[in-house]
Amino acid sequence: MPTVTIAGSAGLRFTRGLAEFEVEATTMRRLITELEARFPGLGREIDEGMAVAVNGEIHQDDYALLLPENAEICLIPKIAGG
Amino acid sequence: MTYVGNKADLKVVGTRPVRPDGVDKVTGRATFGADFNLPGQLVGKVLRSPHPHARIIKIDASRALALTGVKAVISAEDLPNIASEEAFVGEGPMNFRDLSRNCMARDKVLYEGHAVAALAATTEAIANAALALIDVTYEVLPFVIDVNEAMQPGAPLLDDNMYTANVEPKPTAPSNIAKRVHFKKGDVAAGFAKADVIVSGTYNTEAVHQAYIEPHAALATANADGQCTIWASSQGHFMIRAYVAKLLGIEIANLRVIPAEIGGGFGGKTVVYLEPLALALAQKSGRPVKMVMSREEVFRASGPTSGASMDVKIGATKDGIITAISSEMRFQAGAFPGSPVQPACMCAFAMYDLENVEVTGYDVISNRPKVAAYRAPGAPIGSFASESAIDELADKLGMDPIVLRQKNAVNQGSKTHYGVTFPEIGYEQVLAATKAHPHWSAPLGPNQGRGVATGFWFNIGGESSAAVHINEDGSVSVATGSPDIGGSRASMAMMAAEVLGIPVDNVRAIVADTASIGFTHVTGGSRVTYATGMATVQAAQNVVADLKKRAAMIWDISPDAVDWKDGEAVPAGANAGGFDPLPLAAIALKAGRTGGPIGSEVSVNAQGAGPGFGAHICDVEVDPETGYVTVLRYTAVQDVGRAIHPSYVEGQIQGGAVQGIGWALNEEYIYNAKGSMDNAGFLDYRVPVASDLPMIDAVLVEVPNPRHPFGLRGVGEVPIVPPLAAVANAVSHAIGIRMHDLPLSPPTICAAIDAKG
Repeated sequence: MPTVTIAGSAGLRFTRGLAEFEVEATTMRRLITELEARFPGLGREIDEGMAVAVNGEIHQDDYALLLPENAEICLIPKIAGG
Repeated sequence: MTYVGNKADLKVVGTRPVRPDGVDKVTGRATFGADFNLPGQLVGKVLRSPHPHARIIKIDASRALALTGVKAVISAEDLPNIASEEAFVGEGPMNFRDLSRNCMARDKVLYEGHAVAALAATTEAIANAALALIDVTYEVLPFVIDVNEAMQPGAPLLDDNMYTANVEPKPTAPSNIAKRVHFKKGDVAAGFAKADVIVSGTYNTEAVHQAYIEPHAALATANADGQCTIWASSQGHFMIRAYVAKLLGIEIANLRVIPAEIGGGFGGKTVVYLEPLALALAQKSGRPVKMVMSREEVFRASGPTSGASMDVKIGATKDGIITAISSEMRFQAGAFPGSPVQPACMCAFAMYDLENVEVTGYDVISNRPKVAAYRAPGAPIGSFASESAIDELADKLGMDPIVLRQKNAVNQGSKTHYGVTFPEIGYEQVLAATKAHPHWSAPLGPNQGRGVATGFWFNIGGESSAAVHINEDGSVSVATGSPDIGGSRASMAMMAAEVLGIPVDNVRAIVADTASIGFTHVTGGSRVTYATGMATVQAAQNVVADLKKRAAMIWDISPDAVDWKDGEAVPAGANAGGFDPLPLAAIALKAGRTGGPIGSEVSVNAQGAGPGFGAHICDVEVDPETGYVTVLRYTAVQDVGRAIHPSYVEGQIQGGAVQGIGWALNEEYIYNAKGSMDNAGFLDYRVPVASDLPMIDAVLVEVPNPRHPFGLRGVGEVPIVPPLAAVANAVSHAIGIRMHDLPLSPPTICAAIDAKG
């Protein structure tokens, strides 16, 4: 089962400070849906302003991504640039 | 298909063909934003606020409208009143309410230069005269410029409804602090308790502009049937389409944006300023409207990036192992929220494998122009503080600063303080190449000093579209949706040529408008060669597959029996038949008989991206009498994955280094007591020119990125991250005083020398 970690305050405000937990999900879309169900607002926050790192690989807006078993998931602010 | 492991087999990638955009640019034929004209066009001008903070009581344009030749006047009342809504279309989360109010003030002006009204007239002289005839009644309000002052209770409030986000419980009073960001890993107090040596300090940087040579410009038309067109230079014409459609309430299909050649952007052209105003004036007047900012307007009303005030504390063992880092970063956002404090907090310490770290950032509004992205947004600023502190730590430990970094360097598998575990990265290779470079061990003379600093940027992928078409004569056209800022037309042509197995001279690449290619995200974040390159490679691969099918049809054999080699179809083996190779041009000639035109368009949302690291060495000489700093020698080392066109890559690195040197030594927004910018022009806002600097030695380290077919990493952001600290560390060593405040202008250095006595 993937393990989700949140290091930044942008995500932690939805989990009331819970920084690490497991989520039953095999795709990115399901992960976001599960997170929204468990922590209302977090799924929407991910959709609009966050990126998801899966085993160190940063993904932005990729619902179809298959999550490896026991993946290390990290929620971070969405990355832009100049 | 991947080509990462076969560099020796590459025939085009890694070579240095003549720049396809070069001749037009050096002969003045390139068509930039301000070069477009249409019959019957009007001249648009903006009336800007003389006050840094004021309530708009009344705008009376009757005298201006009475002037012969004035065709339209608009203010915020003529534009949709946009509700607060965030989206991620340009270079970061954008609040459309703020964007709309930045383009045209509504209710209040929030900085000197804020647009209050705009008009269109038949000539520039009439337009300028008419601006003076618009009567605006203001209630002048107290203002605040400095970031630390803006955070204090009792500071003049820009927005009475702003409560600091990400703070629990929610604050009971509004403030200028828009947002708090916080990253924590481990136990910082325990880490500092283990430290033998601790350094701490406060570091300050000033707001600086992206200083692109080409000013913002837009030409807009609005037809009677609702179809609209904008010609403009930007880092993303799809971004312009999205923003303008939203701000003016236009259906996207009714707005076509045609890109111009761009004369520099560096992040500052990832938002709109004139485009919605030009189109609104065109809609109101029924005539094309052209608007071009003056240099003064560019400084007062576009860009810049944040100035900041930052505290850093680092603890380490006497052996040089970092035990803890804590930092607080306070960033100017300008008049609306959105400073790059978050990436600053993430990037500043990403080079170090840390057990205990805590970083807090504040996004603070004040009466300055709203900040825009600038290469590696936030990272140069945060890294100035972190890399200066690391240098001070090395001094205190009596340790080579590169060795100190090597002892604490991140590698594949290192977990950052923002939670992500690094994939394959080249930081250790960059440090090794830097330490081995002759520059690092070269002797120094009197009043000279050497500094080193490193930097990190994430690099990104994102949405891109590319089309590859085979023309009737076998030449190839490549079209993408990415404005070419750093040589992307060359790199796209080279990647397509490599896949097709033909000379790059047979391929021409263009930037297609919004109606001619699929959606493509902005050119920024060092994403284009990676993401748009991925789309181009896939389109070229589709074309190769199609060419093989066409050859099979011509030979009347199975497509599986055809190979593609060096631009020709060849039988896959002896059993396929004894056919002579069929060149691309021969297949193209028979395209009509084998299925029609040959081409492929591919749209991708590229994921992952190879993180980038760089290290810079700077030598300076400081005149102790005048405080003048001469940069004697500069070396920039960077992991680029694989360079598609090494000359462009070196150019990106050199350009980033030069901009960072200017940021360190000269550049700053200077405000007077009235809250007005005193140096809104290139005579007083000093950017480095070629005669100021030595040749920047760009050293390419190639640790291939396995996510891309050719192994490349984004290049454009990283090289502006290390220079601020590299220069400051060099100056600190030259004068024997740790310098905490940028820019290191002669008065600042003289004051430091005088204070030391």
